[in-house]
Amino acid sequence: MNYRMILYILGWILNFEGVFLLPSCAVGLIYQEKAGFSLLAVAALCLVLGLVSVYKKPDRTQIYAREGFVIVALSWFVLSIFGALPFRISGYIPSMVDAVFETASGFTTTGASILPNVEALPNCLLFWRSFTHWIGGMGVLVFVIAVLPLAGGSNIYLMRAESPGPSVKKLVPKVKKTAFTLYMLYVIITVIETVFLLAGGMPLFDALTTTFGTAGTGGFGIKNDSIAGYSTYIQVVVTVFMILFGVNFNLYYLIYKKKLKEIRYCTEVFAYLGIIAVSILLVTLNIRGMYVHAGTALKDAAFQVGSIITTTGFATTDFNLWPTFSKTILVVLMFVGACAGSTGGGVKVSRVLILMKTVTKELDNIIHPNNVKKIKVEGKQLEHAVLRSTNVFIMAYLFVFVSSLLLISLDNFDFTTNFTAVAATLNNIGPGLAGVGPTSNFSGFSNFSKMILTFDMIAGRLELFPVLILFSWRTWRK
Amino acid sequence: MKIIIVGCGKVGETLAAVLSQEGNDITIIDKRETAVDNLCNQYDIMGYVGNGASYSVQLEADIKHTDLMIAVTGSDELNLLCCLISKMAGNCHTIARVRNPEYGNEMSYIKEELGLAMVINQELTAASEISRVLKFPSAIEIDTFAKGRAELLRFRIPDNSILHDMTLSDLHSKLKCNVLVCTVERQGQAIIPKGDYTLMAGDVISVVAAARDEIAFFRKIGIPANQVKSVMIVGGGDIAFYLAKILLSVGIQVKIVERRLERCEELSELLSKATIIRGDGSSRQLLEEEGIGQTEGFVALTDFDEENVFLSLYAKKRGVRKVVTKVNRLVFDEVIENLDLDTVIYPRDLTAEYILQYVRAMKNSIGSNVETLHRIIDNKAEALEFLIRDNFRGRDIPLQELPIKPDVLVACINHKGQIILPRGRDVMRQGDTVIIITAKKGLNDINDILL
Repeated sequence: MNYRMILYILGWILNFEGVFLLPSCAVGLIYQEKAGFSLLAVAALCLVLGLVSVYKKPDRTQIYAREGFVIVALSWFVLSIFGALPFRISGYIPSMVDAVFETASGFTTTGASILPNVEALPNCLLFWRSFTHWIGGMGVLVFVIAVLPLAGGSNIYLMRAESPGPSVKKLVPKVKKTAFTLYMLYVIITVIETVFLLAGGMPLFDALTTTFGTAGTGGFGIKNDSIAGYSTYIQVVVTVFMILFGVNFNLYYLIYKKKLKEIRYCTEVFAYLGIIAVSILLVTLNIRGMYVHAGTALKDAAFQVGSIITTTGFATTDFNLWPTFSKTILVVLMFVGACAGSTGGGVKVSRVLILMKTVTKELDNIIHPNNVKKIKVEGKQLEHAVLRSTNVFIMAYLFVFVSSLLLISLDNFDFTTNFTAVAATLNNIGPGLAGVGPTSNFSGFSNFSKMILTFDMIAGRLELFPVLILFSWRTWRK
Repeated sequence: MKIIIVGCGKVGETLAAVLSQEGNDITIIDKRETAVDNLCNQYDIMGYVGNGASYSVQLEADIKHTDLMIAVTGSDELNLLCCLISKMAGNCHTIARVRNPEYGNEMSYIKEELGLAMVINQELTAASEISRVLKFPSAIEIDTFAKGRAELLRFRIPDNSILHDMTLSDLHSKLKCNVLVCTVERQGQAIIPKGDYTLMAGDVISVVAAARDEIAFFRKIGIPANQVKSVMIVGGGDIAFYLAKILLSVGIQVKIVERRLERCEELSELLSKATIIRGDGSSRQLLEEEGIGQTEGFVALTDFDEENVFLSLYAKKRGVRKVVTKVNRLVFDEVIENLDLDTVIYPRDLTAEYILQYVRAMKNSIGSNVETLHRIIDNKAEALEFLIRDNFRGRDIPLQELPIKPDVLVACINHKGQIILPRGRDVMRQGDTVIIITAKKGLNDINDILL
């Protein structure tokens, strides 16, 4: 284990966190808020600790898969803990466990909150809270790789550990350029959304924070009623962009490179759009009776379906009051999640596709025992390693899910609350149903449960393995 | 620069490693998934699994925006097909490996007619490198520049040589010889020495000299410089064939030990003057019987690196004057370095050298091209030959007034065929070629030597 290198990269992570805090400090300055000082103090702390750690570059910079996973997992815990300090120091979130929950929820783009009254926060803290979504969406290590001159091919281990999806592929031969391209696409779409929101008459501050929440598929709103208070135009824009950010970024790269012919191989995206269309249709029909106009029903159905499948977690209505069929659809969508290689969470559409094809193949094998059939995904034959890792992922996912469910049930809430609370955090969505529905929040849970759910959020964002490796004693054995 | 490499064998891997380190965008294509995965994990490159000669695979690897295609799969025909298709699909430069001796005489025809930029034959390259050290057995390594007019020789200073305890600035006056010491390796450290540096017995030094002055220099410092008279080669592969052909043509006796009868018959048909022995080269009795104690040169060319190392150590013990060992795969350079072997040849590195030379020159099509490139002293330094054009900022200025970077040495100026070992007052003129020795890698323009 190359401890020096782990410390070195963590140092850079802190430096970047320090820099990322600065825009929020600027917001504090503009609005003349005292909480700005707590942001500034933490930024300074991060930079001092970070600069000390990166003062000397290690002699041996080689890292392997093991270090890659440990670095990524540790980075996210470090980010969440330091990012929580401004909330704690300014006194707006007095409990450290709550503050870390809130920040981890931000960085992992979950959007689950313990704040009963969001509007009580000063603007600078609101900005920081939403900004964590934007940073966490594309990933911090991806950013570090794009900017830092880290040598060698081993960077791919860092990127692979942080990027979601069953098999992470580079866009261009150099890791650095790939990371840079991804961030450029991310920035461009972010800017477009902000422009659209501003065009709808949204104030700049609201437009920026809403965009950050959408881009990272996070879901922190700056209003107690999330997006419900805004105009229909804005709700539609947010719906469209939520769905866009849930698409695999490789697609945008293909469009950017004008390789339109290759788009037909992006079966995952088509499946994703198909699932969304069918879900919207079913939910609209199911909730039609509750609305006067069919259009409003369609709008609310589309918003909620888009919000849940992309694991954003914004809300325009309290879907807790919807019929059970619609609620069940939403819960199923929570597990499906967005596309691999997007900013969304969940199991990912590509994994669902792979599993469904495996099941079909097994069935075929029973009917025709000598049948030889290879599974194809995205126009290519599925590699055995990907299939195996998908199966293992699902097993690990169930294991973490059930353990968390068992542990938080100690708080004695009803089953729906507990089940959807774990589903909403492990899949990085935000709101669940019943006690953790869109109008409620997670403040009722005990500190122990909050810690479990914080763990779930980070484990879910990093797709389990980095976090499991970090906490596995085998990793640290000499 | 964007480069596609088809084939992830030994050469493919070396090329991917070296070229990506120099900042090129490398995409590799191979049929074997594990090979591709393995390289992608080790180096900063992208990989595709598939047949490199297939048009659709090449399209996927973005052949349209690729500058150079290098085909180094195990099959010559596949390599040529890869290059043909990429030439049509992407209009890029192409390099193919063709090593079957059957195509040996048609190389230039293939290159011309198929529009290839370069055809590499690793076995032939290795054979000519080995033949050079056999012709000049005191040197560990010999690299040629200026179309063979100047050579860079690397050798160990023997005990009780007059070079022991000699300061470099005294070298010229004491020996009256026109040579320049470029690098010194002492206790695992390699440096480019200054004039006040004192040599010691046991140092491994590289000197540049005009080809015709070498013999005189070695005679003066008391190192025998005559070529070996007889060579025993163990392993009868393609390198052995090419090597035997070269050695026989300069009148050196050749004996090849090969295990397979068929190959022995083939070799005997192709090389009528050589003695072909059928037998196990690793058998001690056979080696003794065939006179390992009397032969002057011994070359281990079997397919197994470990066997080659052992055979060479044994030959050395039996007092063979010059022992050459071929190492294909072993990556433990440090261990091999410490063994008492004379010359170790890494065929994949030789090929990489040739291709690097081409890539550097391609990168810099306007400036002063790299004419020749050799990676010396176990890849720790580079010796490059540049052509001076009118855009070189330092031309016609005496060297002592030029702001040359540290770690860079102007070792030789080839002025209209005349080899000048430069001193402070010499100048580089347009049309000259110069040899630069540098510890910095990735130099591709002569202007880069200036501060």
